[in-house]
Amino acid sequence: MSSKKIILRFTAATSDKPIIYNLVKDYDLMVNIIKAHINPEKEGTLVLELTGERYQEGINFLEEQNIKVQKLAEQVNYNQDRCTSCGTCTDACPTGALHLERPAMQVQFDSDKCIVCQMCVKVCPMKAMEVCF
Amino acid sequence: MSIERTYAEINERIKSGQAVVLTADEVVSLVEEKGVAQAAKEVDVVTTGTFGPMCSSGAFLNFGHPQPRMRMSKVWLNDVSAYAGVAAADAYIGATEPTEDDPLNKEYPGEFRYGGGHVIEDLVAGRKVKLRAQSYGTDCYPRRELETDISLDDINEAFLFNPRNAYQNYNCAVNVSDKTIYTYMGMLQSNLGNAHYSTSGQLSPLLKDPNFLTIGIGTRIFLGGGVGYVAWNGTQHFPAMLNASGVDLHPSGGTLSVVGDMKQMDARYIRGASMLGYGCSLSVGIGIPIPILNEEVMRWVSRSDKELYAPVMDYSDAYPNRTGELLGYASYADLKSGEITLQGKRVKTAPMSSNPMAVEIANTLKEWIKKGEFEVSQPAQLLPSAKDNIVAKALNTDK
Repeated sequence: MSSKKIILRFTAATSDKPIIYNLVKDYDLMVNIIKAHINPEKEGTLVLELTGERYQEGINFLEEQNIKVQKLAEQVNYNQDRCTSCGTCTDACPTGALHLERPAMQVQFDSDKCIVCQMCVKVCPMKAMEVCF
Repeated sequence: MSIERTYAEINERIKSGQAVVLTADEVVSLVEEKGVAQAAKEVDVVTTGTFGPMCSSGAFLNFGHPQPRMRMSKVWLNDVSAYAGVAAADAYIGATEPTEDDPLNKEYPGEFRYGGGHVIEDLVAGRKVKLRAQSYGTDCYPRRELETDISLDDINEAFLFNPRNAYQNYNCAVNVSDKTIYTYMGMLQSNLGNAHYSTSGQLSPLLKDPNFLTIGIGTRIFLGGGVGYVAWNGTQHFPAMLNASGVDLHPSGGTLSVVGDMKQMDARYIRGASMLGYGCSLSVGIGIPIPILNEEVMRWVSRSDKELYAPVMDYSDAYPNRTGELLGYASYADLKSGEITLQGKRVKTAPMSSNPMAVEIANTLKEWIKKGEFEVSQPAQLLPSAKDNIVAKALNTDK
């Protein structure tokens, strides 16, 4: 059973709902919270790793609650044209999502491993990494 | 009898399309297989390559004269200050100059998103750049202000003139302190959390001609995707033998000053760079052909990553405070493996210079030579080498 990483976006009206409780109790999903943030407008962003047989039902539930669900991979943009494969990002990346493929030493990005810590965005000298938050 | 070749003989073979050209990667395996003497007989030219942030880069630009004329005293390109104390319509844009209103390190670590290196990249890429100039006005140059857009095609000359590029070898940078530091060698994690190095090892031009037997003033090179030349030795050209516990490893510390026409260049090989918490710079692609004049040139050019070493230095104290203390040496083979051992600890490594781009540059130069488009040039003068014992001067701040 593979896990999937998603981003949930809450409006001020939905950000105070106990949705993690629902995902665990009603849909039997394993939840790993990677990142959570609420801004002063009470809009929330939650990065989750979800695992479970009833994944799709859980997603349907979220969407019924007017919570926007996005795939994490689509929100982390690795700009291959901008990247020169210097490799400087690879030891800043804590999960190995950005890594050097040896022996060619080409930088590869595996979005499944990304936890959106955004270290790469900061350290990349070419500004080749973008995260849309 | 051992092989001897002249530049003229090599160029005859290049012109007739018969020259045997290998990259510095390829020649390593050839020499392992056949030995130095045989490889020297078979190969005419070996191509090297490097691509990485090279501070001490910049460009001379001549904008042409406006009407009425102007003696530009202060010049900005996309709000990055260029040095205009050269002549009325000439300026030098330096790679490390930040945008005028950049917050720098006020919000630490600063991002330095745009600077002189980015202006150079924008020009090479054919993008429009905003030129702003001020003057005090003279009888022959009455204009006092100017603001317009320019592109590389619009202006007279634009040549890259980099006072110090292609460092022969470089420190492997680490951090022994207990906090993260931000350096020109990237973000260095505390307590030996990582190690950064910055040459292409066995592909690196000056590590493959470490005694400057062939590279000198007038050497024709690949510079930023076009053809350039070695203009002089670089600033801080201190070629000296790297010596570990009484054992001579190889020369280290040479640099090159290079020049080339920006209008021939390709923005793939000329890129503005932003070093978190440090500043901006320019990543430059350089490839140098090494003509195999004799077995000695071949012997040096065939040195592999296992035989080339970077000194390991702490950038939290030893480097900023100039203590000169080293933590040891690491071979490029180990550095490229992704992990080295320092003080009994396994330390992950990452490069600052791009190996794939270095390979690409060495291959491009190889193709140019094989097609007869690029001949090797005999230097007008060779550069000082390790045997000249040049000693670096420190700046005395007590006077």
